[in-house]
Amino acid sequence: MSPKRLALGLALLLPAAAVFLIGNSLPARTDDTTQIHKRNHDIKVIRDPALGEDAVARMENVIGQSIFERIWVSAPSSTEAADGLGPMFNARSCVACHPGGARGSVLNKDGTMSPSLLVRFGRNDDGAADPIYGHQLQTDAASGVPAEGRFTVTYAKAATKLADGTVVELQRPVAEVANLADGPLDAATRIGLRLAPAIHGIGPLDSIPGETIIAAADPDDHDGDGISGRVSWLDAEHKTFGRFGWKAQQPTMEAQNAHAFLADMGLSTPLFHDAYGECTALQTACRSAPSGASSQFEALEVSSMLMKVLDRFVGEAVLPNGPKPRATTDEINQGRNIFAAAGCLSCHKDSYDIVWPAGSTKTRRISPYTDLLLHDMGDGLAEELNEGGVKGAEWRTPPLWGLRWAVDDQGHASLLHDGRARNLLEAILWHGGEALPARDHVASLSAADRQALISFLSSL
Amino acid sequence: MTTRQMMFAGQKKFTRPAILIAFGVVAAGCATAKAPDTTAVLTTYADVAEAMFGDAISTAGNLQVAIDKFIAQPTDANLKAARQAWIDSRPSYMRTEGFRFGNPEVDDLEGLVNAWPLDEGLIDYVDTSSYGTTSDANPFYTLNVIANKELQIGADKVDATVIDKKLLQSLQEVGENEANVAIGYHAIEFLLWGQDLNGTGPGAGNRPASDYDTANCTNGNCDRRAAYLKAATELLIDDLGTMHGIWASDGAARQRLLKGDAKEGIAGILTGLGSLSYGELAGERTKLGLMLHDPEEEHDCFSDNTHNSHYYDQVGMVDIYNGTYTRLDGTVVSGPSVKDLVAAKDKAVNDRVVAALATTSKAMQVLKDEADSGKQAYDQMIGADNAAGNKIVQDVVDGLVGQAHAVEAAVAALGLKITVEGSDSLDNPSAVGQ
Repeated sequence: MSPKRLALGLALLLPAAAVFLIGNSLPARTDDTTQIHKRNHDIKVIRDPALGEDAVARMENVIGQSIFERIWVSAPSSTEAADGLGPMFNARSCVACHPGGARGSVLNKDGTMSPSLLVRFGRNDDGAADPIYGHQLQTDAASGVPAEGRFTVTYAKAATKLADGTVVELQRPVAEVANLADGPLDAATRIGLRLAPAIHGIGPLDSIPGETIIAAADPDDHDGDGISGRVSWLDAEHKTFGRFGWKAQQPTMEAQNAHAFLADMGLSTPLFHDAYGECTALQTACRSAPSGASSQFEALEVSSMLMKVLDRFVGEAVLPNGPKPRATTDEINQGRNIFAAAGCLSCHKDSYDIVWPAGSTKTRRISPYTDLLLHDMGDGLAEELNEGGVKGAEWRTPPLWGLRWAVDDQGHASLLHDGRARNLLEAILWHGGEALPARDHVASLSAADRQALISFLSSL
Repeated sequence: MTTRQMMFAGQKKFTRPAILIAFGVVAAGCATAKAPDTTAVLTTYADVAEAMFGDAISTAGNLQVAIDKFIAQPTDANLKAARQAWIDSRPSYMRTEGFRFGNPEVDDLEGLVNAWPLDEGLIDYVDTSSYGTTSDANPFYTLNVIANKELQIGADKVDATVIDKKLLQSLQEVGENEANVAIGYHAIEFLLWGQDLNGTGPGAGNRPASDYDTANCTNGNCDRRAAYLKAATELLIDDLGTMHGIWASDGAARQRLLKGDAKEGIAGILTGLGSLSYGELAGERTKLGLMLHDPEEEHDCFSDNTHNSHYYDQVGMVDIYNGTYTRLDGTVVSGPSVKDLVAAKDKAVNDRVVAALATTSKAMQVLKDEADSGKQAYDQMIGADNAAGNKIVQDVVDGLVGQAHAVEAAVAALGLKITVEGSDSLDNPSAVGQ
């Protein structure tokens, strides 16, 4: 995949500034640790305080957290109820990619690549799976089964100039797969990078009424505001739509969790029954490897009982308060106004009134800053892969809540779908397509206003 | 023991975050007895804590004597005696666990003495066919301090020529990973028993006494293993001493309770009992292992002593609620209790708590009897295809959950509203920065 020339007057400057390797347990290091954010907060999620003290629910939540942290093992093992990792996988536990439940970083603290970044495959036209390697590159495997391969990431650098003369260097990751176990990818297969998002707030997002999300869509831009959010319909009849994942491919939190078990860990669940995970019929060693499914546990590796408590934990997870904003209240409020004036709220819709948790009668206002719709984000963010038929330039508006934990004390972060943005300003400057006017608005701000905007975002 | 990763570092502090107490108008209670003075209740509570931790030090002292004797003469008989001393030291410590979760001073120290679960490969040799050799979550998964005089900790080389208390303290939760337990009861347990490689079948760990016999050493580094065991035991006594000290007349926990808001102190008592009942004991230590049928989730897994550790947690909770504790020497510490407070406010609620405690105690007794009789150990009871064993354990879980509900009712009856700290970003879009 060759780096495209970026839109918006970005000139490609230096390709291949640093190389990272992922896979097959090879240590991957970089000398250039400024490349990507290494988080300096140890992040935790807590159970949503609104949920009260019901004993059974609390207990299930605690158990669900243990499942989230559990390191799965390959079959056969002494624990029939909880084995079956792989045969091919990216990580052995949920928490390996979502550290403390938070969004992943591209790099671990020690400078090695984290498992939070993975490679997705799909045809350039309809996003169909690679005939051999499926939809995802699994970089690790149970013993006796070859891992699919590994991948390298190189960074192409580019620079853009803001109205006040400030030059911002941007970096675009270019992934290449290597050491493929079963021969080359199909000629039509394209690759994309995906960074693990945070888990907090998924439960409340799941409870936003579908009508509300659909009503905000304007695929043909009838209102002429330049924003044409599109519902990620998953079926021709327009009955089900996706709201989770970078490409909005999973309809519910439960599906998102089950899909992570399947694709990332190779574990079968009530929603996805295949014990061999994501390996294709052509990967015979994988297909014939031992399964962790046991007849007394619903012939699944992750039984419905385990899934239930895991879903509870994920659905109830929120971030604790803090860290305290460094900026003043006035500056944050100024930034909030700039955020609105730049038009960011058109897609990063701030608030919803929801009834949550299930069974509750109280309305609750949440502020995720997302419309959960797909938007054309322009060539800068586009990839050649059309995952699930979603165009390469289309991305689901990611929620902004929790940025205060994603950005460290120095303002560093791993943002956007592949972690390319090293801070909030870079993330904004990558916006194009429908968001180009908003991006240009920010690029024209004074340094002080720009800082106020960053301070506001860092407080969410 | 387990490979469960504890990336939610400090979970015990953070998932049960700071408690804010709000005082509502107390509903007209059907008072049946004169309510005791809350300060007197808190004093009893601190007195019981001080006595319990004192006894824990005393039985740990017996353990130290037995371990010293075993190290000097590493015979089978002395190993057996040391193991028995470890088992005998557990009840008095487990009874103190009801002081967790309600007292930050206890929570800060608890991990030094009873941290669990642990990646035992940090300490000593393990059976790699079952334990494995690496963990993507824990770079120190097989550090093996006993076999290595130089340890690579991140970029640093640490001199481990001498195994002493200081070295072990530096290794506790190394890499900020809670599974790296270098010290405490469970580290000592592993050093006495070794790994339990029997799964959900019968049998505990089976470390030979010759692992400590420098003349006839098995598995190498017997001198270093002995040094580790000795230092870990000394540290256990030191750390129990610190936990005891916070309840002394000038201790931090007692001072906070007596000088702070009394209602907050009372709420802390009930928070401790409720939190230990469901989140910790019913949930993480019991129901999880039962759902997974996984002996790795067993609390005292090396020694197969889990039934006792669960049982004495419950005994301690009953003591704390009643404000009465009989010391090992037979003397009784007793005084006005939170039970008296609840009974004075609402007799029916107190009756409910008492009944719930009794139900759990009964279920715990069945569990203990089943294991003590030799019929089956705890790790066998949680095995798959063991409906009878599973039920014994499930009854304990059900009892604890009912007990937690009853404690919640007591909280409500006393007009104490326990809520946890909120999360601004979810609830209130305008709170931040305004």
